[in-house]
Amino acid sequence: MVTASSASIASTALTASTASAASTESTPSTVSAAFTDAGRARQIASTVPDPELPMLTLADLGVLRDVEVGADGTVVATLTPTYSGCPAMAEMRAAVAARLSDAGYARVEIRTLLDPPWTTDWISPEGRRKLAEHGIAPPGPAPRPAPGPVPLVLSPTRREVACPLCGSADTEETSRFGATSCKALWRCRACREPFEYVKEI
Amino acid sequence: MSDDHVYMTLAEGHDDSDARWAFGTGFEDPLHGVDTTVPAGVDREDLAALCLALGDDALVSAQRLAEWTTRAPELEEEVALANIGLDLLGQARLLYARCGQADGTGRGEDAYAYFRDPDDFRNVRLAELPNGDFAFSVVRLLVLSSWRLAHFERLTRDPDPVLAAVAAKGVKELAYHRQWAAEWAVRLGDGTEESRRRTQAALGQVAPYLGELFSAFDVRDEVVAVLGQVTEAAGLSMPAWQPLPGRGREGRHTEHLAPLLAELQSVARAHPGATW
Ligand SMILES: [Zn+2]
Repeated sequence: MVTASSASIASTALTASTASAASTESTPSTVSAAFTDAGRARQIASTVPDPELPMLTLADLGVLRDVEVGADGTVVATLTPTYSGCPAMAEMRAAVAARLSDAGYARVEIRTLLDPPWTTDWISPEGRRKLAEHGIAPPGPAPRPAPGPVPLVLSPTRREVACPLCGSADTEETSRFGATSCKALWRCRACREPFEYVKEI
Repeated sequence: MSDDHVYMTLAEGHDDSDARWAFGTGFEDPLHGVDTTVPAGVDREDLAALCLALGDDALVSAQRLAEWTTRAPELEEEVALANIGLDLLGQARLLYARCGQADGTGRGEDAYAYFRDPDDFRNVRLAELPNGDFAFSVVRLLVLSSWRLAHFERLTRDPDPVLAAVAAKGVKELAYHRQWAAEWAVRLGDGTEESRRRTQAALGQVAPYLGELFSAFDVRDEVVAVLGQVTEAAGLSMPAWQPLPGRGREGRHTEHLAPLLAELQSVARAHPGATW
């Protein structure tokens, strides 16, 4: 993925797993045809679960931005962090590298793409369905502020969040911040259950 | 290319447990795998100084916010304060990493956070003041997040693509921080006589530090407009202020920074290079 900014170009490489260190030496000559298939590599990387929302894969979450296989068999996977303070980013990189390495890719490179920043709009329809299935209300469309100063809105903006448990629209926010950066706490006035809500960003 | 060994360690660990993930040390370089070339035409020294100052504001603020943990008036607000601190800590890590690249030393985040003395910190003094009561912490966060948001919005167009990307991400987070603080300021100002009195007092305590903020980044009009909007909705009044002499940006701090850093840095300094 190429963006207007050059922040997207990788500078470091990861040679995964000592177990395959020997094969690393001879990688170019031993790459089988199957291993050069970007579709397969993408499919494998797509199965890695998010550490904080394990019902979602990194692909569902929109964190896995791209997977490519170079001519020499190197897999390049590109990730975009969700929040600046997300403590799971290092683990996500390691998990993607490990999963690809287990699948036989001897050379794996993980790139971090900061621009454009992650948005909840990238959570896939499948990801939204899984969130709701697990009692977490999926996000609505993310705000797209116009360029210039970010306006502060103080009038109560009543966001409609349907209860993921009973479907009622009679819900209220209890805290804009939840157990992880990406979630807010809500409760349902109809079924009286608390629930989490992935807030738009 | 060169940093293989760092990620080798992580990759080797995966056999032990797929569920193992980051607590303690071992968070690694937050800019791993990002093109960190400083573009021609960008003054490296200026870029490093800016990243350091913005990183220090965030780290010191995050430390104060973390002090609310187990002490906030409600569990939900404790979670909010901790989350806001975590966002700022993340911003600090990215900014320190960028600083180490720009100043040419290649220093990592730990060198900046743990192994500099108070005089080397460049945060504004408002960030280091003790938490005071909940009203003071809310008003301070309102001011600092409004100021930082206004500045970050401008930085999204910075010629350094890494700083611009860090700012673009930060803008989204800071908008949530400001919203939380603004809503609490209105709730407290428009609440009981006691909460109104304390919130008005907090405005008076914060005001003398505004001059320092505006001399660091000229976003005065925008911040004053936001504060006016909030104080009007809260039934509070923005006091007239005389700027305090001295600047945290020049390493001149209050007596409160040293104890904050002593606590923050104690483990890292007692056991340099330790991991857990
Ligand atoms: Zn319900």
